[in-house]
Amino acid sequence: MSDAALTTTQGAPRFYLADEHEHEEGGSTALGFWIYLMSDCLIFAILFATFGVLGGSYAAGPSPKDLFDLPLVALNTSMLLLSSITYGFAMLAMQRGRTGQLQAWLAVTGLFGLAFLSIELYEFAHMIHEGATPQRSAFLSSFFTLVGTHGLHVTFGLIWLVTLMVQVKRRGLIAANQRRLACLSMFWHFLDVIWIGVFTFVYLMGMLR
Amino acid sequence: MSSTADAAAPAGHHHGDDHDHDHAAHPQGTLKSYTVGFVLSVILTAIPFWLVMSGTLPTQVTAITIIAFAVAQIFVHMICFLHMNMKAEGGWSMMALLFTLILVVIALTGSLWVMYHLNTNMMPGHDMSQLP
Repeated sequence: MSDAALTTTQGAPRFYLADEHEHEEGGSTALGFWIYLMSDCLIFAILFATFGVLGGSYAAGPSPKDLFDLPLVALNTSMLLLSSITYGFAMLAMQRGRTGQLQAWLAVTGLFGLAFLSIELYEFAHMIHEGATPQRSAFLSSFFTLVGTHGLHVTFGLIWLVTLMVQVKRRGLIAANQRRLACLSMFWHFLDVIWIGVFTFVYLMGMLR
Repeated sequence: MSSTADAAAPAGHHHGDDHDHDHAAHPQGTLKSYTVGFVLSVILTAIPFWLVMSGTLPTQVTAITIIAFAVAQIFVHMICFLHMNMKAEGGWSMMALLFTLILVVIALTGSLWVMYHLNTNMMPGHDMSQLP
């Protein structure tokens, strides 16, 4: 019991709430998660700065023009963009309380995310096969760190997405699950924002160097 | 336990109110906002890719243009997908974002500026015979 029953000088007990008012469970989750995303943003800012400084140091190794395949990057970008809109549709289904639609859109989002990761891993494998490993030059070290960190975030987003699909299946659209889905929504769209920076500064600017 | 809390809660506060409260705290997307955001994102992504792949404009102009498109697209994502506005969470979301942006700008421009000058000044001189 968090409510403290205090004195009873006039006979009838009086109750006081020991807890603060107007802070329902999870009321501050969205803001807290947003602040986490901002700290994540700082990590990416530093990785972008590192790439900006080292991105031209090829050590006589391959340059972006030798390595990057822009049509593949465009395909990758479209996968992430499509996963963003399908997650939006999932959130709309959640607002209307349609569990079936929500699960379907989440599954589609997961497939687009998986396609993104597969294409990225294929690109990495192709580069490493050609000898463009992270050890080859400062440019490649910073490239793999930046793009790999983003890919790792997408991987964890996918694990989270599957977890939430299981949660919604088992417990339904309870308030806690809606809150979790809203947090993943922020995370997923945030990763898309980071990818805008990646394809612009790493891939497109790399081809212009 | 919950019955005690309900009895102690101010009159008129019932579960129906929670929904309105949530709307004010976390603005939700609409079909329109997601569709508009998606269409704008596709346009703002396709044009930079096309500019770089076709090479129609001079390099310098292309670089500035694609950075402008990236900034525009980040704004589109922030507004249409992340539903950022001045009122979300009583303005604290925007505060956190602005604070982060200031830090990002300092870290990015500072690093690039300092390291660019360091690179320029540390270039090996003309006397290459001194090098191993």
